[in-house]
Amino acid sequence: MSGLLTVLEKMHAARTGYARPLRRFRHHHLVDEPLVIVPLKLAGEAAAPLGCAVGTDPDEPVLLTVPQPRNRDLQHAFFTDLAHVVLGYVAARQGETEEVVPRGGEPRLRYADAPQILVPNRPALDHLGLTGRLTRFQETEDDVPLLGRWLTFFADRAEYPGSSLALALTDLLTAQWATGQSDLEDANLAMLLAWICPPEGTTGAAAAQVAENPLDFPPAGPATDPDFDGLVLQPAVQGYDRAVDAGDPVAAARAEAKVREAVTSQLMPTWRLMWKGLRRLRELPEAAGCEQRWAADRDRFTRHVDRIAEGGPPQPRHDHAVAAAARLATLERAQSRFEAQQAVDDPFVLAELRTTGEAFGGTVVAGEPDRTEVTAKGRTVLRPRLTVRTEDPVRVDDDQAYVCPDRPKQNVRIREIAEDESGCLLVLDVVSGMGTVKKPVPIPEPGETVRYTRVPPQWGGQDFPAPEETPWTHGGPPPGSEEPQGAEQ
Amino acid sequence: MDARRPAAGVRRTPGSRAVIEDPSAASQQAVESVLADMARAGDGDRGVVVDSPPGAGKTTLVVRAARALTESGETTMIIAQTNNQVDDLIERLAAELPDVPLGRLSAEAYTPPDGVNRLANVAVDTGIDGLGECRIVLGTAAKWARVRDHHRRWAIVDEAYQMRSDALLLVAHLFDRGLFVGDPGQLDPFTVVETARWTGLSYDPRLNAIDVLLAHNEELPTHRLPVSWRLPASAAPLVSRAFYPFTGFQAGTSEGTRRLEFTTRGLRSPLDDTLETARRAGWALHELPARHTLRTDPQAAEAAAGLAARLLTRGAVAVCERHPDGRPIGPGDIAIGVAHRDQADQIRRALAALGVPGITVDTANRLQGREFEVVVVVHPLSGRRDATAFHLEAGRLCVLTSRHRQACIVVARAGITDLLDAYPSTDPIHLNVPVKFPDGWEAHQAVLTQLTAHRVSAPD
Amino acid sequence: MDSLNTRLAALRGGTSPVGFSARTIAGLNENPGCARRALLDASGADKDRIGARVGFPGRFGQSPFALARGRVFEEQIKANGAAQLLRLLREKLGLTIEEAAYLPLEDVGDNTGRELRARHTTAQLLRAAREGDDAGTLFDHPMLRLRVAGCTAYLEPDLVAFQVGGRFHVVEIKSFAVIDGQVDGEQVTAAARQAAVYVLALRELLADHGLDPETVSHEVLLVTPADFTNRPVVSLIDVRKQLAAVRRVLARMSRVETLLDALPEGVSFDLAPDDDGDPTRDPAELAAALHQIPARYRPGCRAHCELAAFCRDEARCADSLDVFGPAVGGMLGGVDTVCAALGLAEGTRAPAEDEAEIARALRHAETLRSGLG
Ligand code: SF4
Repeated sequence: MSGLLTVLEKMHAARTGYARPLRRFRHHHLVDEPLVIVPLKLAGEAAAPLGCAVGTDPDEPVLLTVPQPRNRDLQHAFFTDLAHVVLGYVAARQGETEEVVPRGGEPRLRYADAPQILVPNRPALDHLGLTGRLTRFQETEDDVPLLGRWLTFFADRAEYPGSSLALALTDLLTAQWATGQSDLEDANLAMLLAWICPPEGTTGAAAAQVAENPLDFPPAGPATDPDFDGLVLQPAVQGYDRAVDAGDPVAAARAEAKVREAVTSQLMPTWRLMWKGLRRLRELPEAAGCEQRWAADRDRFTRHVDRIAEGGPPQPRHDHAVAAAARLATLERAQSRFEAQQAVDDPFVLAELRTTGEAFGGTVVAGEPDRTEVTAKGRTVLRPRLTVRTEDPVRVDDDQAYVCPDRPKQNVRIREIAEDESGCLLVLDVVSGMGTVKKPVPIPEPGETVRYTRVPPQWGGQDFPAPEETPWTHGGPPPGSEEPQGAEQ
Repeated sequence: MDARRPAAGVRRTPGSRAVIEDPSAASQQAVESVLADMARAGDGDRGVVVDSPPGAGKTTLVVRAARALTESGETTMIIAQTNNQVDDLIERLAAELPDVPLGRLSAEAYTPPDGVNRLANVAVDTGIDGLGECRIVLGTAAKWARVRDHHRRWAIVDEAYQMRSDALLLVAHLFDRGLFVGDPGQLDPFTVVETARWTGLSYDPRLNAIDVLLAHNEELPTHRLPVSWRLPASAAPLVSRAFYPFTGFQAGTSEGTRRLEFTTRGLRSPLDDTLETARRAGWALHELPARHTLRTDPQAAEAAAGLAARLLTRGAVAVCERHPDGRPIGPGDIAIGVAHRDQADQIRRALAALGVPGITVDTANRLQGREFEVVVVVHPLSGRRDATAFHLEAGRLCVLTSRHRQACIVVARAGITDLLDAYPSTDPIHLNVPVKFPDGWEAHQAVLTQLTAHRVSAPD
Repeated sequence: MDSLNTRLAALRGGTSPVGFSARTIAGLNENPGCARRALLDASGADKDRIGARVGFPGRFGQSPFALARGRVFEEQIKANGAAQLLRLLREKLGLTIEEAAYLPLEDVGDNTGRELRARHTTAQLLRAAREGDDAGTLFDHPMLRLRVAGCTAYLEPDLVAFQVGGRFHVVEIKSFAVIDGQVDGEQVTAAARQAAVYVLALRELLADHGLDPETVSHEVLLVTPADFTNRPVVSLIDVRKQLAAVRRVLARMSRVETLLDALPEGVSFDLAPDDDGDPTRDPAELAAALHQIPARYRPGCRAHCELAAFCRDEARCADSLDVFGPAVGGMLGGVDTVCAALGLAEGTRAPAEDEAEIARALRHAETLRSGLG
């Protein structure tokens, strides 16, 4: 969502040379001990790992490198090492549990903690997904297939708006700050962070120019700098190949160390940026809605642990028809809920929506707190009415309920918009949270300043058919009716 | 079997482009052959698909099919996409099948309009159980999706190209076979979710219902209605060529049958010049000076509102096959179509300021399926710096330029030609996803070429 | 046309022209509204070296690993008279033929000059087209020609043209992977555009010799490795839209004449190379020459034009909204600069008549923002 307020902040950033805040709160939960992963891959290959820096300690990354990324055995060794770190991290989140008793549902257990993977950017998340795809079907006895299932889980969750199980740092930062450069440049972690926390004594704009040089600031991956590939990496890998061909283990070890050194030189600057960005993000207060979203994440984590424990199969290559429709429904729901919730939680977001008329604010000029209406069934109900003067370009949506963040239980609907020279007058009916005729709940009073935004949708999911009941319109049941992992109702 | 295989789209066989001598007979014949296919449908048959260009008699077909099914003893369900569509259909059906009990499945919060409440043979209920006696039951796809344990042999799915395939997935278990009707040239359904996860899958839930249906049921007979009874002879060839390049259609009325006249005299003003052009040609381009503007360009809004209002003050009279002696055009006969909702809001305000109520102002999405005598369009690319996929989308322009029976007036800033030059279409390619035609860019070019011939330069 | 060529050559100066390739022709469709690039490309100027000379070297390197991967995959496909490729094509097109001829067109005797090779290719292809025999023939590395802005561009495709049953298909061999039926959208789109250029060149070749151009299929055969392996798969790609786009861009190239007319006297991009080929042109003067031609910078330029850094700097110095991309500019209507936008927002600049609307919106946004503290 890029509205006029974001654009305006970009202008301010360009003029001042420093990034400008777009949010008061951080809308993604950050755990105390996230697992940071900086993956690099070999150019020209789909997902051949070149190396990665991974770990929970900023001062002690686990550095994994592959001296010849095309070699399947070496790849496998890399995945085994990575599995050790990732699975160890995931296992450590499976300690304490809490009991959840949903209204009208079965009580269930969920972990009090959950893993959180942080990578530099979107392509890195995609790369984890591909790595998951590559490894989860492998038929080895070790932990590599399990690593694949977890990486797939994280990559899938990264698609869910509002989820914090797997995050890209550039996404978090661009949601939070506006810079004076384009979105394409914002996708470069070093340039983005330069605007947000420039070194002492320089502006963000100047720091970003410096950070554009890939020699000093290697790309955050997963693709490497082509010049680095040509000048440094290729000779090192060729050296390794030669040593192996010659059957010289000492030379091979030396050559391997060379590749490792080269790859490390590309990993470490990004690794440091990751923690720098993370530190900055931690300084921000967390939005109210995070708690509930993180609870949903922990639920999801718990379910995935259970699924693996029960011996369920790995996630299929692709969703079958029912799973796809169900996932789309879940994604759409998550997105609209997340967007609406952010506006309720964060005055900056609400203000942004006021520029487009999706939210509005103004001064109460009249109120009828005692107003009543007779329903179709003949009952008399309290329907207080407010008149609000606003300068916002309000857009009327039939059936849309609005809520004021200061009165989260009270919903209103727009009854009428009347315009005059100085702006417009909105007539609002309070439709819930007004109490009863006998016990009315106070409504905003004349003179009060109010802000309203859309009520986050609460509607539940649809009932999708079972996969084995996929209708003829969609090709009938999928062959072998795989279990609908990933289909989430 | 690989699930990533092409959805339908390319397999449409090009229709014959021969000139139709007798449009009525051709329309009739098309409907008859649809009904014949339906009547012939045996156990294994799954139904019929009918492509219907703008104003080609889709509703007539639906009513005829419903009648035929009822007469042969079937009970039928009708699935439409919006409440308005359901209400329109039920009014037509009630009038033509006064002895058949009809049911209107409706959501709790929905109050049917008076027109529906007045109908003697229509029962309205929120649950299917209350409508068990009805031979034909109508409802929105969303409402049908909540129905359990119910089954009918036939469903008629209306506006099936506006329906997302996941919505079809939720209702398909209710019936054995269907008549799927819709206009392939209109806006595709959409989602806010961005993911490549299902791209190339034959059942991608974001595709429209018919593409998915045909991908899995290649043997379904596909018909098309060959004649537009809405579009005048001045518009059908362009709309057909620009938006239905492979299937084509033709106007049902001939040149001269439709005519606009003004009962008061015009001034030598740009507004009147534009109206005069539209009267003569059926098209007019009201061109404002080139300038980059917000999408809520006040001058464009003013011009659109001004043209619509002026049409009324000029006492426009529409002559057509239904009203050979002419019928005065009222506000209800005019629509103003735009791309964005804030533009619609702005024009409504402008009309209010002019004191002209009753003119429909809406976005392309909401104008789908509707019909007017005269339509004023604010060009989606007017005043823009860039042409995004949204603004280039063929379906959007198609909806806007195919709602009218008499004339279409387009308001635009000069400079669209340059803009199109600077922003070539860059549709991404995906494996196993059939290329969609027409290309939005090409369609825009075709329309613009036509409009340029009917241009009136207006000052800001 | 000749005078046009002379004028373009004058613009380029003493530097030898950079030829077009299928990739650069396809690339013309990126930002075609930019007059600066249209002129530079049409004149055959070396944008890379010009950029470097004015102090903004571009970065258009390709990783040797990616190049090697492409080479290895292609060799694998073409090994043994392209046996693997032929088997795949047979399956994909449902052909019954047992085998096909494999005709490498790389060299013609010792002489591998472009024109000679092109003539050789033409002869071979025409013969195949006229004979239209049913046995398939694979043409490897044909040399095709295409007229671009009045000059002949030689296309040295890494492609195979496959002729069978009187029909030609362009075959593109690419080393990016198809994984579970999906490929990277950007790469496949680039491949399709490039293939469309070949289709067009092949069609023109046939048409020039009175043969039906439609015998060249608009369905291109894309050969790529599948699912993390070296196992090749073939996908059919419909390039009709790309073909239309290439045609349009070529038609537009003929409009450079109008652009030339708009140029002040004496503008030249001459690098004035010395005997070693090193440029001696005064960088400031060269930059001034570039500034004379209007550009249309967008952040996306970085992906396809060597002058991106130069043009971005120019846009920045001009305080232009272009540095943020068209979407941002689009939201600000007719306002062109950061300074103007902020001036309107803060009320320090009186809006011009046509800025009233955006000024109101900006002031509203600014009030909301400052209300947040
Ligand atoms: S970088 Fe400059 S010259 Fe190249 S296309 Fe962009 S604006 Fe034109």
